[in-house]
Amino acid sequence: MTTLLDYCSLIRSKNAGPFTLTFDFMCHDQAAYDALVATRFLNENLFATLYGADPDQILVVNHPFALAVKVSLPRPAVQGDPHDTDCYAGQQYAPLMDMEVAPA
Amino acid sequence: MTSAPRYDERHHLVELRILAPTGALGAGFDADAFARGLAARPDVIACDAGSTDSGPAALGSGTPKLSAQAVTRDLRLLLKARAELGVPLIIGSCGTSGRDVGVDQVASLTRALAAEEHLRFKLGLIYSDQPAQRLKDLYDMGRIRPLANAPEIDRELFERSHTVAMMGVEPLQEALRNGCDVILAGRASDTALFAALPQMRGADPGLTWHMAKTIECGAACAIPPSANGLLATVRDDHFDVTTLAAGTRLTPRSVAAHTLYENADPYHIAEPSGVLDTTEATYEPVDGRTVRVRGARYLPADGYTNKLEGAELVGYQTIVIGGVRDRVVIDALPKLLPTAERYFDAKILDVFDGEVDPADIDIDYRLYGAGAVLTGSEPDSLAPRELGVLITVTAPDQETAHAIATFVAHASSHLPIAEYDGLVSTLAYPYSPPETDRGALYRFTLNHVATGVTPTELFRTVIEEL
Repeated sequence: MTTLLDYCSLIRSKNAGPFTLTFDFMCHDQAAYDALVATRFLNENLFATLYGADPDQILVVNHPFALAVKVSLPRPAVQGDPHDTDCYAGQQYAPLMDMEVAPA
Repeated sequence: MTSAPRYDERHHLVELRILAPTGALGAGFDADAFARGLAARPDVIACDAGSTDSGPAALGSGTPKLSAQAVTRDLRLLLKARAELGVPLIIGSCGTSGRDVGVDQVASLTRALAAEEHLRFKLGLIYSDQPAQRLKDLYDMGRIRPLANAPEIDRELFERSHTVAMMGVEPLQEALRNGCDVILAGRASDTALFAALPQMRGADPGLTWHMAKTIECGAACAIPPSANGLLATVRDDHFDVTTLAAGTRLTPRSVAAHTLYENADPYHIAEPSGVLDTTEATYEPVDGRTVRVRGARYLPADGYTNKLEGAELVGYQTIVIGGVRDRVVIDALPKLLPTAERYFDAKILDVFDGEVDPADIDIDYRLYGAGAVLTGSEPDSLAPRELGVLITVTAPDQETAHAIATFVAHASSHLPIAEYDGLVSTLAYPYSPPETDRGALYRFTLNHVATGVTPTELFRTVIEEL
């Protein structure tokens, strides 16, 4: 079984300003990047389901120079709002890392 | 001493050097790395002193995130180096939020250091607080436009909240043209701090905005990432970026990847006057510490906009921290908490004799170990053997929050467990008393831009000779 973390040397989530949540998936190397992009695993519907966003508001960008895939979406809770639990959005990637990614 | 001219005989730009000594004023940087940057004879030294990334409290309260001691430590090195080289020092988003009070705090540290170190210079202070009436006028004219994921706003919001505008390069360039040696700016686009001088001297806007985006976090793009600095060298059709700390390196990939950092779209990065487009950018190694970058373009916008950031007071908070180890209590807790909430509503009416409306009080339980970090998006049950419990009471004033927290803490440690005959202590409290007053809670109110503005009209500059 291949997990998302197997493709990546770094998976992180961050704020892109207080209203946007952004994920970076940095692949190990060119082969891992090409393989991950080919699976289309990181798509709008996955993030819509996991983080409760409208698929139309989700941006998925492949960055071949950085060997990375980036996904940005509305923050589930605005940063610092009364029920936000992650001010820097730094742990929101955690459920993704062990997900199984079937090869393309 | 001044820098050597870097224009050819036909006044074309040959080279400009920009030193980013640290990711943030007060975060600290290695003196050796800084010295390496200074040895390259930069034309300008710049860094930011703030961000929204630590949350709405700094903007709401005006209290900076980093200590005056840490800021003074960095500022002393920067002011002395600037004086030796005779080049401008530009610091933006002073006091974390870039509020006027933040500029004044850093200005007062600067005056004290100038006196201590016998430094003389022209100081420019650029303020970015926005008066409520100006914002209401802009709102009435339809000139406050929402950005992506912006919250709903109303006209009265501006009276309740504190708002700053984020400046671009133009107010900084005006201060440079007025001969300021040290510029302490309120809220500013981080990139503007590094792009202001090169663009004034004729460097290509696409290259300079991309250069600025690359170095604005200090050596965050180095391997390993470092709090120390970067040096950028802008020439006619490329820029070089060099890491300064010993034992760090840069690769084309690590530099390219920095466009992803804390950014929604790595290829299109908005600035007040247009958009940096890095789609066609290329990155090549020069040596292990330097990467050469070309190809970014700058697409001017139809009209100038300044981003607005606002924060308002939500209430005051008292927190209680506890833990649970008994598996029966852990299982029972999710069912007991809704019951406790109803009990607290009745108790609030009773204790305050109807003077406090339970609807104005928020009592929030976060069960760490059972999915508190990923509220609502935890895919599977975590089946914890031990729970951390954080109880947060939010009320219109601190005294009320504290009073409510005392009986919430008491009741939470005596929850009725149906499986047991008699009373158990259901929460382990590490502290006596268990309640801690946290102070004010603020929320971000704006993700908007002011449209149809001139680049300098929302900002106020004061110049003084030290």
